[in-house]
Amino acid sequence: MKRPESPQRAVFTRRALVMMAGQAGVLGVLAERLYSLQVKEGPKYAKMAMANRISTRQLAPARGRIVDRTGATLAGNKVNWRALLLPEQTSDLGLTLRRFSAIMPLDARDRARIERDMHRQRRFIPVVLHDFLTYDDMARIAVAAPDLPGVLIDVGTTRLYPQGGLLAHVVGYVAPAGEDDLAGNPLLALPGMRVGRAGLEAWFDTALQGHAGSVRMEVNSVGRVLGETDRQEGVPGAELQLALDLDLQQAVQRHLDGQSASAVVMDCRNGEVLAMVSNPSFDPSLFDSGVSAAQWQAWSVDPRTPLLNKAAAGLYPPGSTFKPAVALSALAAGTLSPHDRINCPGYLDVGGSRFHCWRKGGHGSLDLHGGIKNSCDVFFYEVARRTGMEAIADHAHQLGLGTAIDIELPHAREGLIPTPAWRRRHGHHWNGGDTIVSGIGQGYIQVTPLQLATYASRLASGRAVQPHLARSLGGAATAGRTPEHWPPLGIPDAQLGAIRAGMFAVVNDPGGTAPKARLPLGGVQMAGKTGSAQVRRVSRAAREGGHFDSSKLPWEYRPHALFIAFAPYDAPQYAVSVVIEHGNAAAEVAAPVARDIMMDTLRRDPANRATAPGQRVAAAG
Amino acid sequence: MISGRRLLRAPARGPLARLGRINWLYVLLICLLGGVGYAALYSAGGGAPQPYALPQTIRFGVGVLMMLTLAMLPPRLLMRLAWPLYGLSLVLLGLVLHVGHVGKGAERWIVIGGVQLQPSEFAKIALVLVLAAYFHRIRWERLANPLFLLPPAAMVLLPVALVLKEPNLGTGAITGLVGLSLFAAAGMRLWQMVALALPLPVLARLAYAHLHDYQRARITTFLHPEQDHLGAGYNIIQSKIALGSGGLWGQGYLHGTQGQLNFLPEKQTDFIFTMIAEEFGLVGGLSVIGLLVLLVLGGMLMALRARSQFGRLLALGIAMNFFLYCAVNLSMVMGVIPVGGVPLPLVSYGSSAMLTVMFGFGLLLSVYVHRDERLEARDPDGL
Repeated sequence: MKRPESPQRAVFTRRALVMMAGQAGVLGVLAERLYSLQVKEGPKYAKMAMANRISTRQLAPARGRIVDRTGATLAGNKVNWRALLLPEQTSDLGLTLRRFSAIMPLDARDRARIERDMHRQRRFIPVVLHDFLTYDDMARIAVAAPDLPGVLIDVGTTRLYPQGGLLAHVVGYVAPAGEDDLAGNPLLALPGMRVGRAGLEAWFDTALQGHAGSVRMEVNSVGRVLGETDRQEGVPGAELQLALDLDLQQAVQRHLDGQSASAVVMDCRNGEVLAMVSNPSFDPSLFDSGVSAAQWQAWSVDPRTPLLNKAAAGLYPPGSTFKPAVALSALAAGTLSPHDRINCPGYLDVGGSRFHCWRKGGHGSLDLHGGIKNSCDVFFYEVARRTGMEAIADHAHQLGLGTAIDIELPHAREGLIPTPAWRRRHGHHWNGGDTIVSGIGQGYIQVTPLQLATYASRLASGRAVQPHLARSLGGAATAGRTPEHWPPLGIPDAQLGAIRAGMFAVVNDPGGTAPKARLPLGGVQMAGKTGSAQVRRVSRAAREGGHFDSSKLPWEYRPHALFIAFAPYDAPQYAVSVVIEHGNAAAEVAAPVARDIMMDTLRRDPANRATAPGQRVAAAG
Repeated sequence: MISGRRLLRAPARGPLARLGRINWLYVLLICLLGGVGYAALYSAGGGAPQPYALPQTIRFGVGVLMMLTLAMLPPRLLMRLAWPLYGLSLVLLGLVLHVGHVGKGAERWIVIGGVQLQPSEFAKIALVLVLAAYFHRIRWERLANPLFLLPPAAMVLLPVALVLKEPNLGTGAITGLVGLSLFAAAGMRLWQMVALALPLPVLARLAYAHLHDYQRARITTFLHPEQDHLGAGYNIIQSKIALGSGGLWGQGYLHGTQGQLNFLPEKQTDFIFTMIAEEFGLVGGLSVIGLLVLLVLGGMLMALRARSQFGRLLALGIAMNFFLYCAVNLSMVMGVIPVGGVPLPLVSYGSSAMLTVMFGFGLLLSVYVHRDERLEARDPDGL
């Protein structure tokens, strides 16, 4: 006999059964969910799992070295142990940074930089916390590693300029990538990657950079590397070998020491730049870590412009060094023949103005040879007047003055040879007097010391050589290493010979303007030309008062002293240009410097000492 | 009727006889789940019994002894203990708010005699006991009067409010649902349920306004986990990745990449199921779910089998609590509901949850052992 169920139990049974159905249903739904996660969407999550445990890190390639013609390092790389932070692998950035700075103090500038990098970079690109760790530093960080998720120690390189300021203007410098660089190539944010900002570093930036490699590593969730699964080495940047001779560069620098000056030495046969010095200079490594405001201030108020590469970007009136170009244009135009004579009474009157010769009493009657040898102003006033500015400008350009030249420097200047057309473009009238003063390289004419060296090279070789700094890049020789590469200028030898003879007389003949430039070597002789470039017009009253002495002027008003030269005279190999700012007397100041530079050049004979492209000379890396 | 009662009562006498009446199949299922826990914690420990698997097994052994001891206690005694235990649980809940240890932004446990205790776990069992005792004495007919629902409603709301204040959203919700299930099983009328359900949306709005920031973050990251890969969404994403990479057959025991490489957060506690399903795949995951289904439905069947309303409600409450535990944990690791610190009972590492679940199973087994005993609606000794 079965006991009838109480209503209580009946309700309980009904509802419990409903609940059981619900429980089974819920767990069934969850089982279905598990099925869809594991089997239906399984492959998708499996891929994410792979990405989870495989971390790909980019490896910054070593930047290409820059070496001189003998293989000596001008820009190299220095090993740099540093602490990095991978933002994607730390959950609490602030905490990690606080803990890190308890071990390795970070100053306000570091913090600001880290903050900035964190914000602008992708989370998988590490941020440098601290550079140049010592062994002790690394040990301390390694001990604290469990508390520092995402912090890793890494070996990289930083740019090293063993020659300091000596080559700062030529080699340039590198700096961390800025916003604009990153927009083009986000990999530039990799620690150790640098962007060339000036000089050859900037010009050859892409080749020197190389290509980033990558390493794929199995990591755990706090970023601890458990093993490498795959490694693709980056391609290091190409090595750039220069035509420059470090020895000679040092010698030239010594000769310019203490001056605000620049000098360029070229192989006049093939255009190789053997030395290019701009004084004073700066320490290029300062740009890597960021230049302080005080340093900037000091550089920008210095009247001797240490940041400016005077050799390639300093603009000066050529002064009398321009006279050979004027003479060549007159010979080509037929307005002057080598034996025409012009009388110099000490002045020339043109259109109501009187133009003075530098020699108060005048030179009397002179032919071309005498005109150059004495650097007679009146002679060249007259030649310029006869020839006209357009023809002079054409020839000056042909000789490399006031025109763009193919030097591998991003900030090289073009300079200017003024013409009536140029004056008109700027809304001015060209006066006859403008042509007259241009005849002696004054007025609006502006050239660079590099152009002057090119000019001297072309006068000496008769070929349209272009100055160039590179000899080889990545082991491949760059073009233009033989004289035959450069086309002849097309100027008849007789005309060039007359000019060269005049320049020989300047240095070697009695009565020449630059006797101090004479080489004290038996058989080897140098030809040259002085130039004084006024930076301020000399007032008539001062000149006629007869007591004008530019050496008594304040430094910044004294004329620049210029000299161009080539040697040996009978078979020219080397060309030199020297510009000493406010050096006052070219013959007294610039000529001896040019002589000393030429002596050092001839003694070293850099053209005959060079290593094959790509070949390493036993040199400090 | 009388003869039937005598007949039914007879075999329950003597401890040995009662031991024989224990549902050993159910005990076996519990031990199976404990074994799953051991294997998973061994893997979570990096393939070693320390630091998780061995301590957990020792606790499990203690728990089994406690469970079997509790199974011997007669429901009469349990009913008498209901109120004192409930009172104790409220005291502990109040205490934890003042001297509790902070874990993840919430006060949740206190240490008594070196043992971490989560009063909220204990409170659920005490609540089930006290509700079962209450409804046992109220005749079904009288429940039509809502007045008789007010005392038990207060019994539910008091601990729920204290748990939410900790704040522990997950356990608070489970406590509330367990209480509700007892109301329904005891015979609450349908119209009463509807009337109760109506103001829920308003209450939900109010509740959200009082949530802690980290709880709101859980809800938002649950809705948009991809917005914050390394923040709060990390857990959900990593859990789903680990599950997905398990596939049908799994990556192999001790070879789950996400778990072994520590991408999986709290793999030894909340996310232990993920770890199992990564290493053993869908097959392993479904096996565990199957085991859970057997335990839940087995508990419910034992509830149906009991002759006293107290026993029925007690067993149902315990089974429901276990079910909700499992369902919330599984939903959480599969990204169905926001993550909420609810472990998988008997499998996840942790002493408090393990012991309270075993305590509950002990009560459940006691109901089964004494399934044929009838309890007087009015306890002669009074209460």
